[in-house]
Amino acid sequence: MTQEELLPLLLRKEERAFTMLYDMYSKSLFSVISNLIKDREEAEDVLQEVFVKIWKNIETYNQSKGRLYTWMLNITRNTAIDKLRSKGFNNSQKNLSSDNFVHLLDDSNKLVNRIDTIGILEFVKKLKPKCVQIIDLLFFKGYTQQEASDELAIPLGTVKTQNRLCMNDLRNFLKV
Amino acid sequence: MEAKEYIESGVLELYVYGLLTEAENDEVNAMANRNPEIKAEIIAIEKAIINLSSSFSPFLSHSQFEKIKAQLELKHGKVVTLKAKTKWTNYIGWAASIALLIGIGYQYSALNENKTEIKNIQLEKNKLQQTVVELETQNKETNTILSVIRDAQTKAIPLGGQAIDPSASAKVYWNQEQQVVYVDASGLPEPPEGMVYQVWALKLNPLTPTSIGLLENFTADRSIFKVDHNAGAEAFGITLEPAGGSPSPTLEKLYTLGKV
Repeated sequence: MTQEELLPLLLRKEERAFTMLYDMYSKSLFSVISNLIKDREEAEDVLQEVFVKIWKNIETYNQSKGRLYTWMLNITRNTAIDKLRSKGFNNSQKNLSSDNFVHLLDDSNKLVNRIDTIGILEFVKKLKPKCVQIIDLLFFKGYTQQEASDELAIPLGTVKTQNRLCMNDLRNFLKV
Repeated sequence: MEAKEYIESGVLELYVYGLLTEAENDEVNAMANRNPEIKAEIIAIEKAIINLSSSFSPFLSHSQFEKIKAQLELKHGKVVTLKAKTKWTNYIGWAASIALLIGIGYQYSALNENKTEIKNIQLEKNKLQQTVVELETQNKETNTILSVIRDAQTKAIPLGGQAIDPSASAKVYWNQEQQVVYVDASGLPEPPEGMVYQVWALKLNPLTPTSIGLLENFTADRSIFKVDHNAGAEAFGITLEPAGGSPSPTLEKLYTLGKV
C-alpha cells in the first residue's frame, strides 16, 4: 500500500486505515522515540500521543509539501523532544543522548523483532561506524547539517554526501 | 541541474528525514513533480530508512495498538437515543425491541469474547512460531559452526591473554578453502555496557590491522561468532572498543592475540 492509496482512507477516518497506518509506520516511529527516550513506558506513551496527533490532524497534512512519512516523523521527533524537555532534560538537542540507535538492540525485549532483524544485524556489523553515527544524528535525532558537522568534526559541505553514501550502502543491501 | 547530479547531492535523503528548510523543501517538491526519476528515488530512500529503523524497534505488544485505538474511540459505535412516546401500544414495540437488543447485545458480547480469545490464541501461536524459527536458526548456525570446526582444512589458532587480562583467551577457526572465520570468545570476560569486542586481522610487516567484525550481543551462551574472511591475515587480535567499533584498534585494550 502506498501513501497515495492510504491517504483517502485516512481522511475518511476509516478504522482499517488506522490499522494499516499503524502496521506500516509504528515500528519505524517507535525506534525513533526509543532512541531518544530510554524509559520504555514513557516511550510507549509518546507513541500513543504521536498516533493521536496524526489521526486528529491528518486534514492539515498537505501532500504537495512532502511525504506523509516525513510529516509523521517530524511530529514524532517533536513530541519525543517535548516530552524530554517537560521532564527537565537539558534544552539543547545535542545533549539528548549519547547512545546511538544500534544500542536499541542491546536492551530491548528478548523476542524483539529478531526474525526481521537478523539480516539487518549482519548489515549493521559491516556498516562503517561513521555511517552509524551520521544516520543516527540526522535521521534518528533530527540534527541539522551544521550540528552534525560540529558533532562529527567533518566539513559542513560533506554531511549530506556522506549520508548519501551510507544510505546507498543500505539500499544496496536491501536492494531498494 | 541534471536530475542525476541532484540525486547524488544527498538532498533527497534530508528531504525524507524532514531536515530541509521550507524553501529547500519547496524546491525538492517542484523537482519531484517535474521528474519521475527523482520521485522514485525519494520513495526508495523512504523505503530503506523505514526498513532500517523498523528493525531497531523494541517489541510492541498488540495491547499497545488496542490502547491507541481505544483512545481514538475507534472501537465504539455512536450512541442512539430513543424518543419516548406515551401511547400504550408503543410499549409492546419497545419491549420487543429491548428484548431484541438484549439478545443482540448478548450475542455481540459472546462474539467479541470469542474474537478476543481467537486473537489471543493467534498471538500465542505467533510467539511460539517465532521461538521455533529462532531456535531453528540457532540450530542451523550451530551446525554450520560445528561443520567448519570439524573440517580437516580448518586451522585452529589459539589467541593468548595480553597485559590487560592475562587470563583471557580466545580461539580463531579459519578455513581458507571455504573462506570462513569463526571466533570462539568464551574465554573473554563479558564486556562492560557500551563496549564491544572487535576482531582484527593483522598483517605483520608492516603492522596493518583490518577490522573483520564486532562480537555484538556477547553473552556466556552466545560466544561463537562468524567474522569476515581476510585472505592475508598473519595474526588475529581482539580489542575492547566503544559500541559500534573503532576505525583502528585501541592497543591498551588488547585482550588476546595469536599468530597464524
